[in-house]
Amino acid sequence: MAVTDLQKQSSFLRNTREKLIQIALLLAATVSILTTIGIVFSLLSETIAFFSEVSIIEFLTETEWTPLFSIKKYGIWPLLSATLLTSAIALLVAVPLGLVAAIFLSEFASDNVRRTIKPLLEILAGIPTVVYGYFALTTVTPFLKNFIPTLSIFNSLSAGIVMGVMLIPYVASLSEDSLSAVPNSLREAAYGLGSTRFEVATRVVAPAAISGIVASIVLAFSRAVGETMIVAIAAGQNPRFTFDPTVPVMTMTSYIVQVSLGDTPYGSLSYYTLYAVGFTLFLFTFILNIFSYWMVRKFREVYD
Amino acid sequence: MTVHDLEQNNPNALEARNMSVYYGSFRAVKNVNLAIEKNRITALIGPSGCGKSTVLRSFNRMNDLVPSARVEGEVLFHGENIYAPGVDPVNVRRRIGMVFQKPNPFPKSIYENVAYGPRVNGWRLSKREMDELVERSLRGAALWDEVKDKLNQNGLSLSGGQQQRLCIARALAIEPEVILMDEPCSALDPISTLKIEELMFELRRNYTIVIVTHNMQQASRASDYTAFFLMDSDRAGQLIEYGPTAQIFQNPKDERTEQYISGRFG
Ligand SMILES: Nc1ncnc2c1ncn2[C@@H]1O[C@H](COP(=O)(O)OP(=O)(O)OP(=O)(O)O)[C@@H](O)[C@H]1O
Ligand SMILES: [Mg+2]
Repeated sequence: MAVTDLQKQSSFLRNTREKLIQIALLLAATVSILTTIGIVFSLLSETIAFFSEVSIIEFLTETEWTPLFSIKKYGIWPLLSATLLTSAIALLVAVPLGLVAAIFLSEFASDNVRRTIKPLLEILAGIPTVVYGYFALTTVTPFLKNFIPTLSIFNSLSAGIVMGVMLIPYVASLSEDSLSAVPNSLREAAYGLGSTRFEVATRVVAPAAISGIVASIVLAFSRAVGETMIVAIAAGQNPRFTFDPTVPVMTMTSYIVQVSLGDTPYGSLSYYTLYAVGFTLFLFTFILNIFSYWMVRKFREVYD
Repeated sequence: MTVHDLEQNNPNALEARNMSVYYGSFRAVKNVNLAIEKNRITALIGPSGCGKSTVLRSFNRMNDLVPSARVEGEVLFHGENIYAPGVDPVNVRRRIGMVFQKPNPFPKSIYENVAYGPRVNGWRLSKREMDELVERSLRGAALWDEVKDKLNQNGLSLSGGQQQRLCIARALAIEPEVILMDEPCSALDPISTLKIEELMFELRRNYTIVIVTHNMQQASRASDYTAFFLMDSDRAGQLIEYGPTAQIFQNPKDERTEQYISGRFG
């Protein structure tokens, strides 16, 4: 009799606690979703305000960006080209090195080596980007000047290279996860057909992990597009439409920093440019994320 | 007589001599002496954990992939010890193929699954020659008629039994001399199982087959020779009895064999 009461009471307490935890979790999830919606909404409304004064055609076709000068032009291309250029250089560095590191860690390294190297790689990801930025400006650029005498002090080459180094752990770590997730039975099949270790890694394991590898590259790309400190410090503040990696340029993020730090009056058109550029940036990474989601879905292999 | 003639007269495709296999300090298989006759099907049977898979994987150096594994004694293939220093396990596996318990096709097209082996082995084939090799291998595995219209479809889209025959076709494509099969039917339904058994009978004309099976009926109806393994008191697997399948099943010499095949233990 008494035992039954006790049981009832404890299960009542437990159920209430479970309920409370559920509600707390739901609240937390709702807050983050609402924040995202709020950000998108405020971005969107200010962007609409901007486009009520500047035509979207000009924004997309003009090749000069001079909103802070007396002759104002609002073409996104100088900022977009700089973002694309620095990101492309970064990917040229990060993808090959990151993939080699991932394949080495997953297919060649012993457990001990893997246990030592993985944390080391993750330290790279933990270095503040401002440190990378000054490293690019004060070390990499002077070093590269030995080979490219015409290199400007500010340029997309060193910013891109250093950003690439920063992204190596992203590519390596995510790719390594998906390589390690490839079932051993596939490796055995490949060895059983007389493959060398290298052939197993490159012809069987890497193709089987392709969706994760592509996702890691897209993630690195969208990190590069959004990266601010390194390019603001080392790539320059000169909006110009060029794909020359040796001259100063200005990325979308650098522009946002410049305007935010300056004394642009609230409500002025130059203030709204901030949102137009921010929205473009958002759209860019959003599309990349959708693309990576789609790639992962399309190429994921189901092993049972 | 030349070495070649001697080899021609050697009735055995593979021969284990005093072979022991260790995982770390644990001896999983102890002093096995076993000669596998050419163009015959040899079944390895015995209770779980007695080392059948270990023996099978020692025949083409698949155990090299387990860092702790170590083999003592000899395994002769064409009179040559495959564990001799300087022997490249990659070359051994090109000539002694393997089919695994769970079908494990690559997540590639059916065509590419079969073409994989010839490609990594560096065979320089024209498109037509490769097409022919793929067709011949798929026919050899009795799968051609079912897949000839969808060679570009992913190998994983096939049924389990078809996947296993695809794995056999993939092994046939590099034209090995010996095919090792580790419980190839255990994940399959009875009809697929029968198909694979018929297929083995076809294949034994050109290949030597060693098969591990838990299924006594399969061993008795589908093999020429049977080797019975059992763990002894220190859990090391030993070869208890080896002979023609009919003799092992109808007239076993060892009492333990008789007990096992009549289902009294294991
Ligand atoms: N990779 C390994 N590392 C350590 N020990 C192993 C390994 N593989 C097998 N063993 C041990 O070796 C012994 C023989 O295993 P094996 O897989 O060869 O048995 P089996 O006869 O094939 O069994 P089953 O019928 O269950 O497949 C077992 O005791 C097993 O625990
Ligand atoms: Mg086994």
